[in-house]
Amino acid sequence: MNLVLRFFLRDWRAGELTALALALLVAVASITSVGFFADRVRQALTLNAHQLLGGDLVVSADQPLPAIYRDEAVARGLRTAEAMAFISMARGPSGAQLSAVKAVGAGYPLRGRLRIATAPDTADAEADHGPPQGSVWVDPRFVGLTAASIGDRLDLGDASLPVAAILTHEPDRGMSFLNLAPRVMMHLEDVPATGLVQPGSRIRYQLYVAGDAAAVEAYRAWLTERLGRGQQVQGLEDARPEVREGLDRAQTFLGLTALLAVILAAVSVHLATRRYVERHYDGYAVMRCLGARQARLASLFGGQFLLLGAVAGGLGCLLGYGAQAVIGLMLGDLLGTDLPAPSLLPALQGSVTGYVLLLGFAVPPLLQLKAVPALRVLRREAGAPRARPLLAYAMGLTALAALLVWQSGDGRLAAYALGGFGVAFLLFALAALGVLHLASRLGRHAGFAWRYGLANLRRRSRANTVQIVSLALGLTAILLLAFTRSDLLEAWQARTPPDAPNRFVLNIQPEQREEVLEFFRAQGLPPPELYPMVRGRLMAINDRPVRAEDYAEERTRQLVEREFNLSYMALPPRHNAVIGGRWFGPQELAQGALSIEAGIAKTLNVGLGDRLTWSVAGETFSAPVTNVRKLDWDSMQVNFFVITTPALLDGLPTSYITSFHLDEGRAAAMTDLVRAFPNLTVVDTSAILQQALSLMERMVAAVQLVFLFALGAGVLVLYTALLSSQGERIREAALMRALGASRAQVSAAQRTEYLAIGLLAGGLAAAGAVAIGAVLASRVFQFERYAPDPWIWAAGPALGLLCVVGYAWLGTRAALDAPPLTVLRQD
Amino acid sequence: MGVQDDAIVQTRGLGKVVPSGEGSLTILEDIDFSARAGEAVAILGASGSGKSTLLGLMAGLDVPTSGRVWLDGTDITELDEDGRARLRARLLGFVFQSFQLLPAFTALENVMLPLELAGADDAEAQARQMLDRVGLGARLGHYPKHLSGGEQQRVALARAFVMQPRLLLADEPTGNLDAATGGEVIDLMFELNAAAGTTLVLVTHDENLARRCSRHARLAAGRIVSD
Repeated sequence: MNLVLRFFLRDWRAGELTALALALLVAVASITSVGFFADRVRQALTLNAHQLLGGDLVVSADQPLPAIYRDEAVARGLRTAEAMAFISMARGPSGAQLSAVKAVGAGYPLRGRLRIATAPDTADAEADHGPPQGSVWVDPRFVGLTAASIGDRLDLGDASLPVAAILTHEPDRGMSFLNLAPRVMMHLEDVPATGLVQPGSRIRYQLYVAGDAAAVEAYRAWLTERLGRGQQVQGLEDARPEVREGLDRAQTFLGLTALLAVILAAVSVHLATRRYVERHYDGYAVMRCLGARQARLASLFGGQFLLLGAVAGGLGCLLGYGAQAVIGLMLGDLLGTDLPAPSLLPALQGSVTGYVLLLGFAVPPLLQLKAVPALRVLRREAGAPRARPLLAYAMGLTALAALLVWQSGDGRLAAYALGGFGVAFLLFALAALGVLHLASRLGRHAGFAWRYGLANLRRRSRANTVQIVSLALGLTAILLLAFTRSDLLEAWQARTPPDAPNRFVLNIQPEQREEVLEFFRAQGLPPPELYPMVRGRLMAINDRPVRAEDYAEERTRQLVEREFNLSYMALPPRHNAVIGGRWFGPQELAQGALSIEAGIAKTLNVGLGDRLTWSVAGETFSAPVTNVRKLDWDSMQVNFFVITTPALLDGLPTSYITSFHLDEGRAAAMTDLVRAFPNLTVVDTSAILQQALSLMERMVAAVQLVFLFALGAGVLVLYTALLSSQGERIREAALMRALGASRAQVSAAQRTEYLAIGLLAGGLAAAGAVAIGAVLASRVFQFERYAPDPWIWAAGPALGLLCVVGYAWLGTRAALDAPPLTVLRQD
Repeated sequence: MGVQDDAIVQTRGLGKVVPSGEGSLTILEDIDFSARAGEAVAILGASGSGKSTLLGLMAGLDVPTSGRVWLDGTDITELDEDGRARLRARLLGFVFQSFQLLPAFTALENVMLPLELAGADDAEAQARQMLDRVGLGARLGHYPKHLSGGEQQRVALARAFVMQPRLLLADEPTGNLDAATGGEVIDLMFELNAAAGTTLVLVTHDENLARRCSRHARLAAGRIVSD
């Protein structure tokens, strides 16, 4: 057996490598848990790209697509299918449900298969086509929300169609968390009978194309030249940009979260290696004395650490693999597609992370061994080589910076993260040092245990500070999610007044206005304010055509590609404040002018006096921006990015929209409203909010899992630091007992030290979480008032105590186990 | 002056000065010493007389300020550290006052260590045999912390003799043992030494131990005062 392996096994067996291995394990597991999961999602996107697309190519637009697009595809021998998607109310026996309707034509889906069942949670089977004409399919969520079953009739607009099957799988449905409404699938030919396609209705028209790859490519080239505004084409490589973008962002965020564990693990790696090296000074000297050359010893020790990296890295990958499986269980179904097994690439990334940690944090102390003189065998005082802290810090920082840049893929973000971690470390360290000194001063008049324990804390303040800070950072991450998140959520919810609107009604046609208001009066509900809404496309800014590719942000690109909801009014809407220019005066009303919302003005880089050109239902008009409005989005009122003077939009296709507050007891009134006006769409914002919140809960749970690695790494620092000071503690305990202290006194004094560390770390973590919460509240969310949950001040220290209690017991026992005489003789 | 043909170790004009405070401290001065093959030499002297320094210089664990050291005819003051290490591996065995066993290694593994470092194929068999000879055949798997002081020193003896060194350097081998245990260890050491025909250079301030050696060199204040 190779000598390196034998040495490794001996050190491993003797427990010399345990702390180091654990630190590497946690770091690698943390990184790979995120890496494996992201890899599975990415693979799913690639492998199932055409299924996720429903074809090889999808052309979509918010206006009907020209027939030539389809004809050309057919002429080129490609298969085609058409679909329309829109939001509408579907009324069943138990009431009206806001639904995502998809109307599909013959041939859909061109790629992938629909699956249907006779009831939710029963065996499903593949279907060759979409719902036959004259029937609808609904997804299990629709069934869950409405208790609909096969044979029930659903009213969609003016049409009444029976439910023929439960739709269990739809290849191109995408991430279900983007789909706030359940699915109702119908036949394209049934759409006209519903009467739902009206001016102002937001409809997505889609043309699916599939066939020979070369023909598809040629067709795409032909099509790309002809695409008009608002028309998009997606191929396999750019399938689901929203998923890819979301994934990239999530991976960056989770990756940085995972790095918190890596950074804390780095502290452990350094401490554990230092201890390892100190414990190997004698052995190294003996081996030199026995004639081993430097190069031989370097390869022996270096080889051991390489082996350690492989073993701990391998185990870390396994743990990370397990953790990603749990994340997959928590989040996988949100993606709406089966996740394939991960590739080995994340394991490689994890292993590299492990080795970078070793290189940055273990190699500098390990290099000290080279300087151990062989003479140490005769004279111990000839012994300990000088540490080279500059080299250690430089290598460590370089390693961390490299990992951060690699993980975030962005130098600036990495710099922010490194700076953030650095500042947090420093602040925590200063606070910990301050409290340690204060506590030991105050403890002078306390009983023996406290006095002695607190004095020790101060004496070992450097080592203790590292322990406290590391534990505090891990705990802060947990407290942030456990407390600060819900505090912020409550603060946000509190900003929305209880009587704020919770229902939106869309698609009210001009001729229905009076009847709808009458309906409200008849129901005893206050008549809501109806706002006209006209859909228009922004064509030019100061006569320069607007093109999506001129904007860097993906969100802005999507925004300018879509049609805007424009409104017109002579008087400024309530809840709006004009912050630039003046609201329309007689002159503007006569000549035509625009009012723009401040945020969108900034996004589009539009200001007062800029001339915007709009296209509405084939007609084009231009007008200058004469005022900028600030909106209170939290008011939940109907708000518009752009408002025009009435004359500009007069006579163009208009629908009306309104929002109002409906008491929970009156929910049935909305079912009646939809029954009376089948074309209306009622959006229950509180239900959507609830759904978004429950989604967030699940995501937070996944993030929490990653944060647990950070906490584990923090606890590990405590453990390695404890090991480093164990010899000293054992000697002190022996000396105290030799001087007549009882076991109880010694253990009380030592336990006091641990308890103080736990309490302090927990307290600092609570303060850290509250501070981060306050910064988020004021800077990011702009809340005026943020009241942290007072329980955090109890939970932090309690969690801190929980983390140290095991060590308090184990460490103290170890210190007391050895007879004082043996210990003191060894010196 | 040349090298004695039959000297396994020899020093000429050996001196060691170390910086101390504002000045320097002379630990050894002008030491001429040699040991012939098969001899057992005790270097005696009070604490601080320079005994251990001399031993360290003879083993090439440290470099002298002046003078020369020959090991088996090779001038080690002209070798670099690795060169001296190679020579040690070939010629020397050590026994230390503080045993110097590796705590993570069992008794067997400690004895195997020099064989393994030298790349021996049958390290385990040789080490087992050697531990049997020192009476620890039943404690092969024990760690140093589970062995008594006497047992630890016997493991150290096994480690030293397993390489069949031509020169055994012992630094206060009984310094950490009580009189009875020390006596047993010394008996064992001389027995092994006699059987292997090893040259022994022993540093001690224990006159009883020194009496077991055929020659005595006495050090005082860094100089040999009698030989």
